[in-house]
Amino acid sequence: MSESEKPVCLKSYMRLCAVVFVVVLCTTSAMIATSFSHLGDGWTLKVTLILAIAVVNAFLVAGYLMHLLSEKKLIYTVLGFTVFFFIGLMGLTVWATNGFPPGTVSH
Amino acid sequence: MEIPYTVQHRPDTGIYNAKLGIWLFLASEVMLFGGLFSAYVLLRVGAEPGMWPHGWLNVTLGTVNTLLLALSAITTLLAWAACKVRDFTKFKIFHACTILLALTFLGIKSYEYRDKLMHYEVQLTNGKFADGHFVEQSKDFDLAKKTGTVTLHGHILDDRKDLMDLRSPEAQAAKHEEITIAATDIKKMGNYGPRHNTFTAIYFTLTGLHALHILGGTLVIFYFWAFGGAMWKTDPERFTNRIEVSGLFWHFVDLVWIFLFPVLYLT
Repeated sequence: MSESEKPVCLKSYMRLCAVVFVVVLCTTSAMIATSFSHLGDGWTLKVTLILAIAVVNAFLVAGYLMHLLSEKKLIYTVLGFTVFFFIGLMGLTVWATNGFPPGTVSH
Repeated sequence: MEIPYTVQHRPDTGIYNAKLGIWLFLASEVMLFGGLFSAYVLLRVGAEPGMWPHGWLNVTLGTVNTLLLALSAITTLLAWAACKVRDFTKFKIFHACTILLALTFLGIKSYEYRDKLMHYEVQLTNGKFADGHFVEQSKDFDLAKKTGTVTLHGHILDDRKDLMDLRSPEAQAAKHEEITIAATDIKKMGNYGPRHNTFTAIYFTLTGLHALHILGGTLVIFYFWAFGGAMWKTDPERFTNRIEVSGLFWHFVDLVWIFLFPVLYLT
């Protein structure tokens, strides 16, 4: 049985929501702190850290608010295909980054 | 004719039709935004060193919008939970909060857009640059005819590159004041709209598309909030499923912002 089919207790949902909001507040603060911190010239490190925190944030929303942690297999299959194509899309982008056609002039 | 599987689960999928439909729709939305995010990555890594804008967006407003959307996602979930326990009054309260939070988000986004559209970069004939927010222009101001003056609240720079990193100590220390420029001294003038550079182009495209999703979601939620009473009385289970489906869309919109905020405002 998926989460959305179970009997619901409004109070327990309110508690869950309060926890999620506090964590979102903390993760957002952490992202901002990382952005303004001085990590030497580590721009890549900064971006990686910020995006990692954003993934935690996204996991909370998708897992708990969208009930993805307890969904049906079919939904996971749909999302599995989505993740596959999304990774393909991003992978092709990164792969093509330095693939300029012959004769390209850099200004 | 009755529409099948609006409440009962389909034996082959194990879920009601609308739920499978919204997940398939969200999968296509992931690819839509994914395409734009990949365009952003390509533009960003392809930019010349020091030529990608940094600190151009208001982090405070972005943070407030992040928290507003997180709160609205929570009130959406609570509205669905209220439907599940058959408390229509609480549903109305929670969804009213969602609508108000969404409208506040859009209000702040509009303010940010206005700020960018009122912000001008002026290339002067002496090779310098003026950068600042529009204050006023004389009645006879005409850039083509080179008549009149325009007043900005900003500063004069020697190099356009100095405008790229607004978080740098030099940019922070810059003294902003009212500058009146004669049209005869202006070589080129343009605001920070979508065609200013690739950053503003992708910024307006990504956030504009996201704002359209917010607007669409708000309209749907408002429809259920204002006119959902009739279905609630006749078929509360089906109405609850509708709230779940609209809620899933709303959470997706929140998810997109969770990545838009750090990518555009913080990195």
